[in-house]
Amino acid sequence: MLRLLFEKKGRAVWISHLDLMRLFQRAFKRAELPLTHTQGFNPRPSVSIALPLSVGVESSCELLDFTLEGAEVPCQEICRRLNEKLVEGIRVLQVYEDGRKLKDLRLLSCRVTLEYDNGVPSGAPEAVSALFARQELLVEKRTKNNGMKEQNIIPMIRSLQVEAGEKHLVLNALVYCQNPTLNPALLVSAIEGYLPELTPSFSHCARLEIYDEQEQVFR
Amino acid sequence: MTDLLQRILPTVQKPARYTGGEYNEIQKDPAQVRVDVAFCFPDTYEIGMSNVGMRILYGVMNEMDGVWCQRVFAPWGDMEEAMRRQDIPLWALESGKAVKDFDMIAFTIGYEMCYTNILNMLNLAGVPLYARERKGLNQMVFAGGVCTFNPEPLADFIDFFSLGEGEESTVEIVSLYDRAKAEGWSKETFLLEASKIPGVYVPSFYAHKYNPDGTLAEIVPLHGAPRTVTKRIVEDLDKAYYPTKMIVASTEIVHDRANLELFRGCVRGCRFCQAGFSCRPVRKKSPEVLYRQAVETLEDSGHNEITLSSLSTSDYRGLKELTDEMLSYCVDNRINLSVPSLRADNFSRELMMKLRTQRKSGLTFAPEAGTQRLRDVINKNLTEEEILTTCANAFSGGWDHVKLYFMLGLPTETDEDVLGIAELVHKVILTWKEHASNKKRGLRVHVATAYFVPKPHTPFQWEKQITPEEYLRRCHLLKDHFYSKSVEYNYHTPDISRLEAVTARGDRRLGPVIAEAARNGAKLDGWDEYFNYQIWMDAFKACGVDPDYYTIRGFGEDELLPWDPIDVGVGKKFLLRERKRAYEGIITPDCRHGCSGCGANGLLQEVECDA
Repeated sequence: MLRLLFEKKGRAVWISHLDLMRLFQRAFKRAELPLTHTQGFNPRPSVSIALPLSVGVESSCELLDFTLEGAEVPCQEICRRLNEKLVEGIRVLQVYEDGRKLKDLRLLSCRVTLEYDNGVPSGAPEAVSALFARQELLVEKRTKNNGMKEQNIIPMIRSLQVEAGEKHLVLNALVYCQNPTLNPALLVSAIEGYLPELTPSFSHCARLEIYDEQEQVFR
Repeated sequence: MTDLLQRILPTVQKPARYTGGEYNEIQKDPAQVRVDVAFCFPDTYEIGMSNVGMRILYGVMNEMDGVWCQRVFAPWGDMEEAMRRQDIPLWALESGKAVKDFDMIAFTIGYEMCYTNILNMLNLAGVPLYARERKGLNQMVFAGGVCTFNPEPLADFIDFFSLGEGEESTVEIVSLYDRAKAEGWSKETFLLEASKIPGVYVPSFYAHKYNPDGTLAEIVPLHGAPRTVTKRIVEDLDKAYYPTKMIVASTEIVHDRANLELFRGCVRGCRFCQAGFSCRPVRKKSPEVLYRQAVETLEDSGHNEITLSSLSTSDYRGLKELTDEMLSYCVDNRINLSVPSLRADNFSRELMMKLRTQRKSGLTFAPEAGTQRLRDVINKNLTEEEILTTCANAFSGGWDHVKLYFMLGLPTETDEDVLGIAELVHKVILTWKEHASNKKRGLRVHVATAYFVPKPHTPFQWEKQITPEEYLRRCHLLKDHFYSKSVEYNYHTPDISRLEAVTARGDRRLGPVIAEAARNGAKLDGWDEYFNYQIWMDAFKACGVDPDYYTIRGFGEDELLPWDPIDVGVGKKFLLRERKRAYEGIITPDCRHGCSGCGANGLLQEVECDA
């Protein structure tokens, strides 16, 4: 099995997870890199993406696992050939063997930007820092069967810094991304729920880097 | 992409359809572009991106030096709402440039129920709806596609129509525009010169006069415009432009696969079918060219499925040669080959078995009518025996799902014909009982009936449509005669088909109705989520137009028809002869059994009709 690290930026951030899988399957085909297929009644090309990314979120640390059929192709060449056949915004950064076991992937460094069209309200950075210093922050989360569930997000945040600009606040956070998983968008939900006066005009997230439990970069 | 759009995208469904940036999208340096064309598809991205005609013409125009053709689709309701709220005019995907700033605005029209989308898109773009309101050379709106064989309902809005196949004429049109722009022509001068291009119909160059009873009295050509405009065709499809570098959508579309046309035209002559007559004469592509284009397209796009399309695939002479070659390529490369529109003959049965991959698709027949008598009337040469033999074969091969499509309201139809459908379905069930290889899984028979819509340029172009009430009576009659639990019966609601009948055979008096409906919010009429019959009924009332005039009245054989100035190659005399034979219940054998003299071969100069 091989693994590739890729980024998803610009217009490509609007491509959904399932569409992205299809897009990669086609890119492999165009690059004449035949993927192995799953066994069974309905064989599918064997590609899997480690942590599905929400639509609209940019990332520079996505992992995709795949296996090729036929003669071995050097990793660098796979990288080059794929990049020639991908769309704007999706770029393979690295292809390598012996990727670590995905269950060791635990932490995600992310940047959440809150935009305030009329300027950042005064005292906002302090208020937000204080909010995330609490012992408990209950935020509603959509469950798999489409219900809502309250969840304390504090244990899932390892660290969080607030940076203030004139018209935006940036949260640089290190959060758990597997067992349990915190969707960084919930950080915004927490602010909106507890500090409604700090509800931003618009917010967006970016994934920056992934780590294991010991905060070593995960590959 | 603007910040505003960035903020809207997270709030709408399927945002990837509004961003562009797909594989093989054409980007050009604006400084090198002399003419830009906003190519609008009057329906959503998923539908438009599946359209082969648009794919071809996008390539044709972008092959031209100094021309940049960009795509525009109708936004879904949530996006439209956001655009209107934020004052964002409709834009083209490639550059994000507003449609109103384009030189030319083109529409491809394949379905009557998208007429309101055309107006809604122009309105969203901030382009004046009426041709007469657009005074300059810019914002030149033109349209093509199968619906434009009766262009009159849209005559008020479209500056000119490009009739027939556009591979060659589009180049001539855009080149003329290039010259007009360089030399600073007026819009009038351009239209006058454009009307000299074969296949170009400028509606403002024709005055329509009516009789006191409301029928058309006269169509007077003005400014030296030709009395009839003949559609364009490409004679040699092997040499015609075909884009093997297709745009690959980054999000799922309706037909998410490569697509190849085997041939154009049809030898069958089913008397209700507009495509069957208006796409003649028959011209084929050679298996070698098709195979080469298939491989090129698949390798370039990375698609894992390809469709061989045509109006009647079994009538393609090179089918065995092509499918043999294609199958071995497709198996080696894990590609799904799909071959729709097969007839129920022996070769097709064998092919069907060969094509059968992991996923067993259903078996679909379109007998259209329930009795042999009525099938003879409509010249649908599909016999009960062919249907049952194919079913028997399929059932013993493990198939357990059949779809059967019919029409109700066909000329001369009686209750006996309606009940003939139930009888045929019953025989299909008996066949399954006799031949099924695994009865435990049960059988599913889907039966669907559509409300017959008479279409221009067919032998039934003069026919009455039955009333919606009578149509529903026949549906209920049929429904009461299905006794088996295996049968699932669906019938189309009559509303859309009634409107289709109005717009398909409409004249210029429909322009205000369409404008009024669009103004009151009619859009995406082909979608259940949006279709609103009442808006249309109110619009007819407000404009003093009676829809029955176009539907249940029927047109007289000696009446001047709105689409008479449009020549699709098949002559009116032939259509009348076919109509007479229909009423006599006489079939006309397909063209391969002897030319029936439709006249379409008159369009050919270099090659022979391949019928």
